[in-house]
Amino acid sequence: MLKPLAATAVVGMAVALSFTQRLGLEGEMLYAIARSFLQLSVIGFVLQFIFTQKSAVWILLAYLFMVTVAGYTAGQRARHVPRGKYIACVSILAGTAVTMFLLVVLSVFPFTPRYIIPVAGMMVGNAMTVTGVTMKKLREDVKMQRNVVETALALGATPRQATLQQVKRSLVIALSPVIDNAKTVGLIALPGAMTGLIMGGASPLEAIQLQIVVMNMLMGASTVSSILSTYLCWPAFFTNAFQLNDAVFSD
Amino acid sequence: MAPRFCSLLQKPPTSVGAGKKVGEYPIKKTNAIDPIRRARIPTSILPPPPFPHSPARFDLLRRLVSPMGSASENGVREHLLDVDGGEGEGAPAAVAGMPKIRVRGLSRRSEASGEEILRGVDLDVPRGVVVGVIGPSGSGKSTLLRALNRLWEPAPGAVLLDGVDICAIDVLALRRRVGMLFQLPAMFDGTVADNVRYGPQLRGKKLTDAEVQSLLSLADLDPALCSRPASELSVGQAQRVALARTLANDPEVLLLDEPTSALDPISTQNIEEAIVRLKKTRGLTTVMVSHSVKQIQRIADLVCLVVAGEVVEVLPPSGLSEAKHPMARRFLELS
Repeated sequence: MLKPLAATAVVGMAVALSFTQRLGLEGEMLYAIARSFLQLSVIGFVLQFIFTQKSAVWILLAYLFMVTVAGYTAGQRARHVPRGKYIACVSILAGTAVTMFLLVVLSVFPFTPRYIIPVAGMMVGNAMTVTGVTMKKLREDVKMQRNVVETALALGATPRQATLQQVKRSLVIALSPVIDNAKTVGLIALPGAMTGLIMGGASPLEAIQLQIVVMNMLMGASTVSSILSTYLCWPAFFTNAFQLNDAVFSD
Repeated sequence: MAPRFCSLLQKPPTSVGAGKKVGEYPIKKTNAIDPIRRARIPTSILPPPPFPHSPARFDLLRRLVSPMGSASENGVREHLLDVDGGEGEGAPAAVAGMPKIRVRGLSRRSEASGEEILRGVDLDVPRGVVVGVIGPSGSGKSTLLRALNRLWEPAPGAVLLDGVDICAIDVLALRRRVGMLFQLPAMFDGTVADNVRYGPQLRGKKLTDAEVQSLLSLADLDPALCSRPASELSVGQAQRVALARTLANDPEVLLLDEPTSALDPISTQNIEEAIVRLKKTRGLTTVMVSHSVKQIQRIADLVCLVVAGEVVEVLPPSGLSEAKHPMARRFLELS
């Protein structure tokens, strides 16, 4: 416990700078640090407990908890999308579950808490960001290009056909950071999973192997989640008679 | 006030009588109070008969509201454009005695404010004519137009196409049959040809280059534009490409929502000529919303005046000066 406390000296420096520069962020910084300290401490004890359990139920409960929080957060980002939190939850759940299932079936990871929970955490976190951005961007694009979408509808297009350009653009924007990250991994910064392993005493080659797996699964889960979220947005954006839902695009 | 009946005879008079010219149509207005008056409508503005053997007779029935705004005798305001079917026995049931589009009691409230946008609109659109819809801003003209191809959902039974409730027609099929052109042309990514091919391609049909060029010619455009990126077009050209793109679906009805309001006079004239040509060559039924009374007088066969969500008058273009509704008169005077 001494190491984390000693590291707060760095935060003290940040708080002092905020105060001298009159940024007014001191309170927020201290709150964020206190909250992260508390959250991580609790999570540490929870994980300690789960790791000692033999039942797979605890893995699933932890996973569902992560998905629920992630869905809520992504839904908040896209708050103008009706039922956005549910759409995000289902998308994140599907994307990460499919990826996780493949990794377990292909024996990349054993189905144990020590592997599944950290891996699921990384995937869910990434899928959350991508899904939130996709939904938010898709709504903004459809709203901004309403005349293009309605022109397509008037020519006999289905909602999917009418929003093809907007869906494509929102997916490209949301997935670009994941793809760019994969392109530059190791060149600019060493990723967290790899760094953790190296600091834990593993050989760099072992760490790199794991990092390759992590990059692949992040890309897989994010892509599935974001694409699924666009499919689930259509019923919210359009009526049954393929008309734009005014309530969604009014503000 | 007794209802006025005004019949436009499709068939030109065979003999030249006093006050008549060959190739002109007498309009007879009968009124209990007014003396009989005659007006002439040149043959050029009336559509070709739907069938060779049955010269259609268009009966323009309008019950005018008294200056005080009270309803006609039966307590209901009606503004109907009825088509009396052709005399030919071979005319199909869908055409005989039936307007192309029939609107009955069409109403809509704003979801946000709860304010009425349309108030029980009644309107019949005869087949093969250009109906101009004019009225002040915010009177519900565009909303009325959007109901005709279900870009917003009318109540079941409120809008009929060839006697069939549009809510019962598959929405994709309906929108192919009832094409729409918007105020600002939206071009899709790709070339002009890609844009023209868009509609048919949605249902798996690919237009040949010759078909695309023919559609561009129909919309008064140079067929050589085919390979040009759509993003490089002027607004006037884009609007005509949008017209060609709509025609690629081979619609029966064309809805035009102020298609020339963003265009220069030459582009406006090109669009107007294309609309008139389509009426003559294809017998296309057209409903056109416009702010310009002069434009409507140039190309419409019938004019529908909309004020505060109600159709208050339906008149021939030459009879606009006879509008009775105070707001309609004021709008026409200021236009």
